[in-house]
Amino acid sequence: MTPFVGRRVKRNEDPRLLTGRALFVDDVNLPGMLHVAFLRSDDAHARIASIDATAARARPGVTAVYTAADLGDYWQPGPLLVPPPPIPGVEFHVCTQVPLARDKVRHVGEPLAMVVAESRYVAEDALADIVVDVEPIDAVVDLERALAADAPKVHDHLASNLAARVRQAKGDYAAARAAAGVTIGRRFLYDRGAAVAIENRAVVASWDAQAEELTIWDTTQAPIPIRNGLARMLGLSESQVHVIAPFVGGGFGPKIMMFYPEEVLVPWAARRLGRPVKWAEDRHENFTATTQERGQVHDAEIALTRDGRILGLKDVFLHDSGAYDTYGLTVPINTQCTMLGVYDVPAYDSEFTAVFTNKTLVTPVRGAGRQHGVFVMERLLDLAARELGIDRVEIRRRNLLKPDQFPHDHGIVFQDFTSLTYDSGDYLPALEQAAELIGYQQFVREEQPRLRAEGRHVGIGIVNYVEGTGIGPYEGARVTVEPSGLVRVATGVGTQGQGHMTAFAQMVADVLGVDVADVRVVTGDTRAFHWGTGTFASRGAVVAGTACHGAAMAVRQKILDRASRELGVEPQTLELAGGRVRVRDSADEGIALGALAARANPLRGAVAHGVEPGLEATAYFGPDRGSTANGVHAMIVEVDPETAMTRILKYVVVHDCGRLINPTIVEGQVQGGVAHGIGNAFFEQLVYNDQGQLLNASLMDYLLPLATDVPDVVIAHRETPSPLNPAGLKGVGEAGCIPTGALFAQAVEDALGNRVEILEIPLSPNRLWALVSGGAGFSPPEP
Amino acid sequence: MSDLVPVRVTVNGATHEHHVEPRLLLSDFLRQHLGLTGTHVGCEHGVCGACTVLLDDEPVRACLMFAVQADGCAIATVEGLAPAGTGELHPLQAAFQDEHALQCGFCTPGILMSMVAFLRDRPAPPSDRDIREALSGHLCRCTGYANIVRAVSKADDALRR
Repeated sequence: MTPFVGRRVKRNEDPRLLTGRALFVDDVNLPGMLHVAFLRSDDAHARIASIDATAARARPGVTAVYTAADLGDYWQPGPLLVPPPPIPGVEFHVCTQVPLARDKVRHVGEPLAMVVAESRYVAEDALADIVVDVEPIDAVVDLERALAADAPKVHDHLASNLAARVRQAKGDYAAARAAAGVTIGRRFLYDRGAAVAIENRAVVASWDAQAEELTIWDTTQAPIPIRNGLARMLGLSESQVHVIAPFVGGGFGPKIMMFYPEEVLVPWAARRLGRPVKWAEDRHENFTATTQERGQVHDAEIALTRDGRILGLKDVFLHDSGAYDTYGLTVPINTQCTMLGVYDVPAYDSEFTAVFTNKTLVTPVRGAGRQHGVFVMERLLDLAARELGIDRVEIRRRNLLKPDQFPHDHGIVFQDFTSLTYDSGDYLPALEQAAELIGYQQFVREEQPRLRAEGRHVGIGIVNYVEGTGIGPYEGARVTVEPSGLVRVATGVGTQGQGHMTAFAQMVADVLGVDVADVRVVTGDTRAFHWGTGTFASRGAVVAGTACHGAAMAVRQKILDRASRELGVEPQTLELAGGRVRVRDSADEGIALGALAARANPLRGAVAHGVEPGLEATAYFGPDRGSTANGVHAMIVEVDPETAMTRILKYVVVHDCGRLINPTIVEGQVQGGVAHGIGNAFFEQLVYNDQGQLLNASLMDYLLPLATDVPDVVIAHRETPSPLNPAGLKGVGEAGCIPTGALFAQAVEDALGNRVEILEIPLSPNRLWALVSGGAGFSPPEP
Repeated sequence: MSDLVPVRVTVNGATHEHHVEPRLLLSDFLRQHLGLTGTHVGCEHGVCGACTVLLDDEPVRACLMFAVQADGCAIATVEGLAPAGTGELHPLQAAFQDEHALQCGFCTPGILMSMVAFLRDRPAPPSDRDIREALSGHLCRCTGYANIVRAVSKADDALRR
């Protein structure tokens, strides 16, 4: 039988999603359910003098109104989710978010009060009844000014707005600089965007007083940590708390285990009121209350020989933490570690300072800091190529890590607390294939001069990236053969569109010799499987997928053992195929797996000592470290000189995520990631004013790329297996959007005849117009 | 609280009569009062298109209408798209599965309903450009649209046979 792994299998989950039957959290409607609306701060930074909810409580249809003062001991700052990695000399100040603001508000959208009412409409009516008296304070918005001695402080008990400072270095940058033929330094900016899952967040909680059990439906990427944390906060046993992350309408990072105020308060209120309670975020709330990413300022310098070989890299950057640093240092550490990319960099000196600002919290958003690192490094190489008169592809080729350098230890610490060590990679063929597919040489030599002669501003770009994926600590899975012959699989990660119900089924189906459609995968339900961490860092397929494979292998062994006893043959003579186990190359029909499962779970007689009933096994997988995927993006772009709008004429991705489970799903991740990256690069920017007000908090003002903006990406796969897991997998979830900003900058710069340096992302037609000739407009292209 | 007013609609062929507040959105009416949660809500300001339903055969954003404005109308939602009781999918739904035109699937019901109207009564197959224009009233964050374009084109093919 042809294996399912590696095939373009149609998704098992699609019929439910296509017919409107798939359950999303906001679809949960329970008898007697109450609805929540939150009163949120209009100020970015203010002292709270008083909150008076008397009138709101008196409004008909309002069940309860809670402020910080009403929460009693339940009012606690949230948990620190990721402690700082073990890097010598790391300075880190923890300030996690609070359920309801008490003395001070620190960003627009921070919740001040919670109204519970018979309907969302009534709850929102009651928000207007609450009287809040605040004394505004100047907001901390700009990253450099945040560190000025006279800057107002986001957290009064700290000495300054410095949240963290981390330096990592290897080699001797000063010596590299002294020996260099050329050094190039610039300041680079990368500003904030929003994740914009089309489904906003939502939480429903229901307390069953008879069973003393709390059921929570939550749009989380990590139901098990949420279950564990909420049980602890609520003083319940973990066995009393059941968290379900059903179908989740896109995650992209912010739906990670945040213990958001709403996530902490809705279950508390449901238990207190003895009625089911629902909160569904609206889009306006999503823009200010759901975490964001990407604000950084880099001062970076690269030192090279005159023939374009990298001797060293120095980078000092500021990272915007937002108002709280609940997710630790994951994002800036990713930036620091991704900067080195696919290149051999002998000396590296990187120091970042994370700062508190009066803006929404920063936590990973698809790419999670990697974009910035790739942007700075690739831009420096572009500038170096121009300075040294070396072709852009050639300067990259000269600096790639070579196959005999793997595993490659960079000598610094990664976000998973292990050394930044690339497991495997083959970078040159990927670069060459991308150059070939985009037609680099032909474009540069023939097409571009011809089009420029016609007056068209066309340019090409090509960039490399790596993505650290598939990090630990572990995931688990349980595989069960049912008497019907159906196979059920349960794993703890949540699913937000990645096709887990198909990819995991493919892995299990191959091991057990069953049809992929007969494998039913359950994700994100703590009753179905209760050990695990969650879906993030492009780790679902790598870590949970490998656990599914391991559990299936253990079940396979049970099948072989039992069948060999029943058939009186040696296990090694047996094969599993077509849902049966039978003697290989024989006419014998063997035994159906379902029948074997029934016999393994008898109602009478004895199950032999030391034998577990049924055909079921649980397995766990924890990789030693993350596996490093890589790829090359290339594009040809045209800039309209009248509107400064860009049009992508061709986009190529050569991608290596190790062995592919389902090429169709991988291509979907890449295509979708590129769309997200295009948004980050050219359409999307969260615009804050100097008082910390978000000026474009709607989808009318914050532009996402549309079907008319995103090209059909040409995708080629390379498969360099990872040695860190049996199937050779690496992750792919974030790959598509990581290098897009760097690529856009290079290609647009080329289209403009290299007359401007593009040192910032996001761009926009307005920004591009301003950059060109200081706003004087476009001059005709020079052929 | 305002007085309740009657609203009578036909949804996927079944008639419903309810008394609702005049301010109740059609999207909330469908999801909460009729239990038809296949119609999703993504922005409540008419941009994302997730809540698109057919009102007397024309696509509308259910979040931009009050339920009472639909009084007397026939509404079609994603739940009524596939032939009832057969387990089969509508050709558009089947094409979406075949072409991997959905990932998280949250925006999908609205896109399906828009595309039902888009593909209806077209004398000639739409070009990819036509399809992209038609899809530009919807936001999808997962797919990057390319497979949706392919699926719509394939469904058009199937519907013509």
